[in-house]
Amino acid sequence: MIEIINASVIFNQGTVNENRALQNISLNVREGDFITIIGSNGAGKSTLFNLIAGTISPATGSIHANGRDITREPEYKRAQYIGRIFQNPLLGTASNMSLEDNMMITYRKGFKWLKRSLNNRMREFFRSELVQLKMGLEQRMKENLVMFSGGQRQALTLLMMVLSKPSLIMLDEHTAALDPKNAEIVLELTDTFITEYKLTSMMITHNMSHAIEFGNRLLMMDRGEIIFDVSGAAKKELTVEKLIEKFHELRHHGIENDRALLSD
Amino acid sequence: MIEAILVEGLIYGIMVMGVFITFRVLDFPDLTVDGSFPLGAALMVQGILLGMNGWLALALAFVGGVIAGVITALIHNRLKVPNLLAGILTMTMLYSINIRILGNRANVPVLDQETLLSDVSARLSGIIPEEYVLLIFFVVVALVIKLLIDLFFRTDLGMTIGALGNNEQMIVSQGINPQTLKTIGLGLSNGLVAVSGAFAAQYLGFADVGLGQGIIISGLASVMIGEFLIMKSNRISILTLCALAGSVLFHAVMYLGRYYGYVIKMTPNDLNLIKGLLIIVLLIMTRFKKLNMAALKAMVQK
Repeated sequence: MIEIINASVIFNQGTVNENRALQNISLNVREGDFITIIGSNGAGKSTLFNLIAGTISPATGSIHANGRDITREPEYKRAQYIGRIFQNPLLGTASNMSLEDNMMITYRKGFKWLKRSLNNRMREFFRSELVQLKMGLEQRMKENLVMFSGGQRQALTLLMMVLSKPSLIMLDEHTAALDPKNAEIVLELTDTFITEYKLTSMMITHNMSHAIEFGNRLLMMDRGEIIFDVSGAAKKELTVEKLIEKFHELRHHGIENDRALLSD
Repeated sequence: MIEAILVEGLIYGIMVMGVFITFRVLDFPDLTVDGSFPLGAALMVQGILLGMNGWLALALAFVGGVIAGVITALIHNRLKVPNLLAGILTMTMLYSINIRILGNRANVPVLDQETLLSDVSARLSGIIPEEYVLLIFFVVVALVIKLLIDLFFRTDLGMTIGALGNNEQMIVSQGINPQTLKTIGLGLSNGLVAVSGAFAAQYLGFADVGLGQGIIISGLASVMIGEFLIMKSNRISILTLCALAGSVLFHAVMYLGRYYGYVIKMTPNDLNLIKGLLIIVLLIMTRFKKLNMAALKAMVQK
């Protein structure tokens, strides 16, 4: 599916502020994987997503999608088959446009031409899809998104991304900016959609128990490296304690409070 | 007097709608306008002098404006030049080009030529009272253009352009190249501005290379007046209507300044100062309006 081979990302290369955000990362995301990713701040989780999405390009190494080298492909082209949701719920939708207009723009990927596809049949289709969110949004199709809460907007972004049928979805702490109740709803929806549509997905989370509970594979990152990659039965047996122990075993940083670093 | 204000307001209103597209929809402060306005005027006048059909000359002016906008977009997109600077570059280059188009002259009159306007006046003068011919013509022209813009922004392409100014990341995430959309938006905007310039030249009876000086400020002031006076909305049809109304009001103020300004010892040379001050006052008033709204909301929530 997506394969990263020996990729490094270096910020401010050649200056005193040189920062190796990713160091010789190799990762093979297999079809149907649901990968959860944990790691402390600055471990390189978001950089890894930026690398896959094409927001940044690697200093060395390459990225392949279904065997095709996409290392130099710009972000907007990769977005045709990679869906991404950000922590900021405002980034997925346009605030001063109505819900139906937003759905019109996001439901199909790629350049749009001078035709008017928003008709009643389309509205009916959108309405039936919105029902899945169980938020009553299907009654508010004409309202501006400014009027919606962060949780509602994130749920909407999620729904629209799923409808566009991407080969890979990347969730970058997409519930972190929401209040606990909404975060739970969005997370539940995420899990339902991923299972229902058999989506290949990657999810960054700060919550270790979520990382253990969801998905079939778990990555632990630290200082720009993937230090632990576990899947299948081995992942099912993980507990928060075992994860912290594992972190100790792999890294002898002498850091006083690992729990704070891996925070939950 | 009223007719003159309305006609001027509507002619420049076409330009204001163009400015509205870049400033408000695309969130791209485009200064190309100062060059594409006289470009439209120059192309129109030369077209007339070469004996071209009036509508054809108008189409030529539109295409010229589109190209000017596309060049600004290319400079911004390809060379990663900030949007303001990209516009200034094109605007500066257009100054020379406009003089070239006018045959190395800074001012070319068309008063004794047959223009679109004289043609329209001749045809309609029997049917409509003469003083209202131009007014009615421009009401129709401005409304048709307004409706076309409204239609455009209701298409899938238009909606994505609307979303771009709001949230560029969203457009990228949809697998659309934002640079393409910016190019289309800038082209469309400057095309409209050039059409406005073409009409202005016929109305004034000449094309002048200095016709565009400060046009962007007039356009911006008009957009802001329209937004200030009419309720906030996100309906494109209301927004374009605001732009047109704002343009008429702005020209009413300018008209008063030009003809009655002598009462307070004002000369036409002071108009640019007035335009600038008008924008500043509008900015301050909009701030107060927003603050008041916020205070009101806070009160209600308590």
